[in-house]
Amino acid sequence: MGISPVLWQFLTKWLTSSALWPREASTVAGQTDALYIFLWLMTIVGMALVLALLVVFSVKYRKEKHPNAIQIEGSTLLEATWTIIPLGIFLFVFVWGAWLYFRIYNPPADSMNIYIVGKQWMWKAEHPGGQHEINALHVPMGRNVQLTMISQDVFHSYSIPEFRVKREVIPGRYSTVWFNATAAGTYHLFCTQYCGTLHSGMVGDVVVMTPSDYQAWVDSSTSGMSLAQNGERLFASMGCSQCHTGDAAARGPNLAGIYGAKLKMDDGSTQLVTDGFLRDAILNPSAHLPAGFKPIMPTYQGQISEEGMIDLVEYIKGLKTNYRVQQTLGTSQSNQAAPSASGTVIP
Amino acid sequence: MSTANTIVNLPDQRTAKLPKVNYINKEHGLLSWLLTADHKRIAMLYLFSITGFFLLGGFFAGMVRFELLTPAGDLMAADTYNKMFTMHGIVMIFLFLVPSVPATLGNFLIPIMIGAKDLAFPRINLLSWYLYLGGGFFTLASLVLGGVDTGWTFTTPLSTHYLNTHVITTATAIFIAGFSSIFTGLNFIVTIHRMRAPGMTWFRLPLFVWSNYAASIMMVLGTPVLAIAIVLVALERTVGIGVFDPAKGGDPLLFQHLFWFYSHPAVYIMILPGFGVISEVISTFSRKRVFGYTAVAFSSVAIALFGFFVWAHHMFIMGVSNYSALVFSLLTMLVAVPSAIKIFNWAFTLQKGSITFETPMIYVFGFIGLFTIGGLTGVFLGSLGMDIHLTETYFIVAHFHFVMVGGMLMAFLAGIHFWWPKMTGRMYPEGMSKFAAVTTFIGFILTFFPQFIVGYLGMPRRYHAYPAEYQVLNVLSTAGATVLGVGYMLPLLYLGWSLKYGAIAGNNPWQATGLEWQIQSPPLTENFIEIPIVEQEAYDYEWLAHKTEKEVTTVG
Amino acid sequence: MADHALTHDEVVAPHGVHEHPFYQKHHFETAEQQREAAGFGMWLFLLTEIMFFGGLFMAYLLYRNWYYDAFVSGSNTLSLSLGLINTIVLIGSSLTMAMAVWAAEVRKQGALVMYLVATIVLGCVFLGIKTVEYKEKFELHHVPGASFDISEFVHPTDKAEKPLPVDMANKTQIYFSLYFAMTGVHAFHMIIGLGMLIYFVIKARQGLYTTGYVQPIENFGLYWHFVDIVWIFLFPLLYLINRH
Repeated sequence: MGISPVLWQFLTKWLTSSALWPREASTVAGQTDALYIFLWLMTIVGMALVLALLVVFSVKYRKEKHPNAIQIEGSTLLEATWTIIPLGIFLFVFVWGAWLYFRIYNPPADSMNIYIVGKQWMWKAEHPGGQHEINALHVPMGRNVQLTMISQDVFHSYSIPEFRVKREVIPGRYSTVWFNATAAGTYHLFCTQYCGTLHSGMVGDVVVMTPSDYQAWVDSSTSGMSLAQNGERLFASMGCSQCHTGDAAARGPNLAGIYGAKLKMDDGSTQLVTDGFLRDAILNPSAHLPAGFKPIMPTYQGQISEEGMIDLVEYIKGLKTNYRVQQTLGTSQSNQAAPSASGTVIP
Repeated sequence: MSTANTIVNLPDQRTAKLPKVNYINKEHGLLSWLLTADHKRIAMLYLFSITGFFLLGGFFAGMVRFELLTPAGDLMAADTYNKMFTMHGIVMIFLFLVPSVPATLGNFLIPIMIGAKDLAFPRINLLSWYLYLGGGFFTLASLVLGGVDTGWTFTTPLSTHYLNTHVITTATAIFIAGFSSIFTGLNFIVTIHRMRAPGMTWFRLPLFVWSNYAASIMMVLGTPVLAIAIVLVALERTVGIGVFDPAKGGDPLLFQHLFWFYSHPAVYIMILPGFGVISEVISTFSRKRVFGYTAVAFSSVAIALFGFFVWAHHMFIMGVSNYSALVFSLLTMLVAVPSAIKIFNWAFTLQKGSITFETPMIYVFGFIGLFTIGGLTGVFLGSLGMDIHLTETYFIVAHFHFVMVGGMLMAFLAGIHFWWPKMTGRMYPEGMSKFAAVTTFIGFILTFFPQFIVGYLGMPRRYHAYPAEYQVLNVLSTAGATVLGVGYMLPLLYLGWSLKYGAIAGNNPWQATGLEWQIQSPPLTENFIEIPIVEQEAYDYEWLAHKTEKEVTTVG
Repeated sequence: MADHALTHDEVVAPHGVHEHPFYQKHHFETAEQQREAAGFGMWLFLLTEIMFFGGLFMAYLLYRNWYYDAFVSGSNTLSLSLGLINTIVLIGSSLTMAMAVWAAEVRKQGALVMYLVATIVLGCVFLGIKTVEYKEKFELHHVPGASFDISEFVHPTDKAEKPLPVDMANKTQIYFSLYFAMTGVHAFHMIIGLGMLIYFVIKARQGLYTTGYVQPIENFGLYWHFVDIVWIFLFPLLYLINRH
């Protein structure tokens, strides 16, 4: 009786592609695997110790060999030993794990940014150059890539097992994760937070390309405007340029160069202007009032989709001068629609 | 008859009979059971209903594993599958694991172990059972009406705004079952504080009592927080109260905090009573007091305390601040230590003992092995950077099944077998039961160990369909589940059989210490003819050796 | 020790020999043990209630911190006078309840019934006023949901009120969500309490609690005082935010 060809096929694929752990395809994967191996060693040693005690005692003190039990109260020395040694090992694991966590969740300053919007039941990737992908993510090899992610509806979770990274994708605020892919190829992308009917269908491919291949892909996939260009359009059409003109006497603060700055707020605190801050300031302006300004900014809650928000954030992030803002002021003023509370703009 | 390698000591079966008057035959008729105030009858009512729900939960598990035999979602629709794993979790956690040892063995034994005639509040005990049935009723109602597919974790905003299944019915079920749990815990705490027999000091209590006491503290303090979280979800679904709704300014992460504030202590609520069983059984079958009694007792209380401060380790990747994650990871490492202490104390209980390997002891060995692996894999998850890769995959599923099924369920079965002769007066068949124990152990490892591997490979949990390269491990897992199912079916059969045909057990077939073994099997309704005056320590085998046959009182 | 197996009658007989009050259950050794156990049980139950309300208080703490201005505006729409009256009414009902416990202890049946009834009346007054307040909230469209209206907060009719920007005004829904959740759960506890009080009045009229069997009245008194204390927290947290 031979092995069924189907079973053989699966066995070979399973054993050759990844028997016990996935391919290591990012700079951090090896570090994760190292910690994993240490933890299994700890487990095996612990198990072996416990098993040894059980087996040795069971054999040596079984009733036939040892008919009279000797009552033993305990031993403070032993208690101390098996309190302190496990505690020591666990604390070591804590430190190692904490180091790895900070490594994975603190992106390097030079990371290129890609936006991810998760919704039931698909992943949308928005590259700054305007490339849009669904259930896929093309990235260059050897570069630090940061993902800025948000959900349109429920909790999702963006997982790339072969990079050993994963982060929850939450409605209402941005979450980030970064990686540096080390090997070209196609890797699994999973949604790992249960999100309803097609949770297991919310999968895709992460395609890592050599820098030249990636450039070719970027060039061929650009259709229409970049995120920032879309954002500029929105900035004008939503009436933002009316108040954020960049003049000293403008009703709204100057946004050129504001990204990354430390802003003094009306309540005396200082806040760092991040992606999340920008998004929140557009949706809840009165909670983000910079010092010296009046709380007159209307809220855009419900009027802009998450993709639109990303366009605006990307635009403001790159805003260095207000030249074009003031140029377009005339155009948008002629459209003369006061920021109102109706209509959703989808870029 | 006592042979060299067993300590079982049964009365002469030619003349042995069950005691003429005991709690089972004291009164007759269905109403005498349904309206009973006797803690032992209530325990048996619980045992009966818990078994029913265990079978239901097991059915759902079977459905999940059958679907996962193939990579495609071809056995049932995606929504149906989502309902299967949701209901498997809800039934197994709230209607089986949480009440399992406390409501059956705890109810039966705690008053007897401390030398009391009943729990402090017998009618509230009965109310607890009816509340449990109420929770069961609403769960069944939800099932019959079409089921619920939120996952047992009820994550908002999915459960509040994005599903139109029977969330409120299920939430009601859990709310009611939660009160069953609260009242049981309350009853135990008052009983243990106020109703110990003269001479029964805290440090003479069997460790089973300490473990249930610790679990009861957690039940009483933690369950109400789950209750309010559920109420807020129900209000948000019905009335529009938007406490978790980001569109209204609410924070869905707040639900996570409230939910896990209970649900982490819940896992200790589930396992601590099991720890108590292990202490009793390992002592009896080594003929020795538990090594380091004080350490084991205090470690139970330490787990109860520390267990309240680690909840956000379920939320490491969900947007809690890095510093918050640090604190919770550190505390998680601390809470792992008392469990390690217990494992070593149990292992050293064997040293210089006189060990036999009856079925309860087989389950105990299985427990120690599987819980050690399960507990240590918890350390994997408590380690922040490791958790990023492991969380939300099958590694988590494997981890909690190792501690809950390999740990808790084995402890429950150990306890059921150990105290079966006391509760029913009959012995179970030893050969069959050993076979079932070993079958369970093998089936368990085959089912759940591959899940560690497939989880590290990246397979997410709650997936209806998966990439083909994960199939081999899934097939292994399902094959194991079949074996495991056989292992669990067998006790149903032979324990039922033993009620009529099992050997008469007598009052102390295991020659154990503990007040429950000094009275008849099955016990009288009032447990003791006279309240005992306790002068011996716990697990005092010397005191036991000096007791004579005459001192055991049996009625009839 | 008996030198023969005890017969059933010998087991049962000792019961009639002991002297214990009629209300002592058989699983307790003394009436004092029963009373202590019952009291301990009630304190534990109140501890679970603290944890239950605690979840709501945590949510309140979080959102008040995030949306302080919305909480101020929302709080200012509540009627201070009605809230104050309710507070006094509830404290009064705690007084009448404490008097009821005293009456039970000194075995004055008439006084006991009177004080229990007074507690019921005051409790009903409280709920009645709460109904009036809820009704007003319905009429003003301040109930969270589809019909919630923020115009009062963006353009306040009361000139002393600070107008809120639209996004902060939207957050008043969170304030009212917590208002209804917290006062609603509190009112639910009061309704249960009133139901139990009716039962106690019936039994008190039969003379049950003036025989020395005071523990049910005592323990219910603990429950009622707890419900009162929860209100003592709710009143300033909900009604008195930044009042001048």
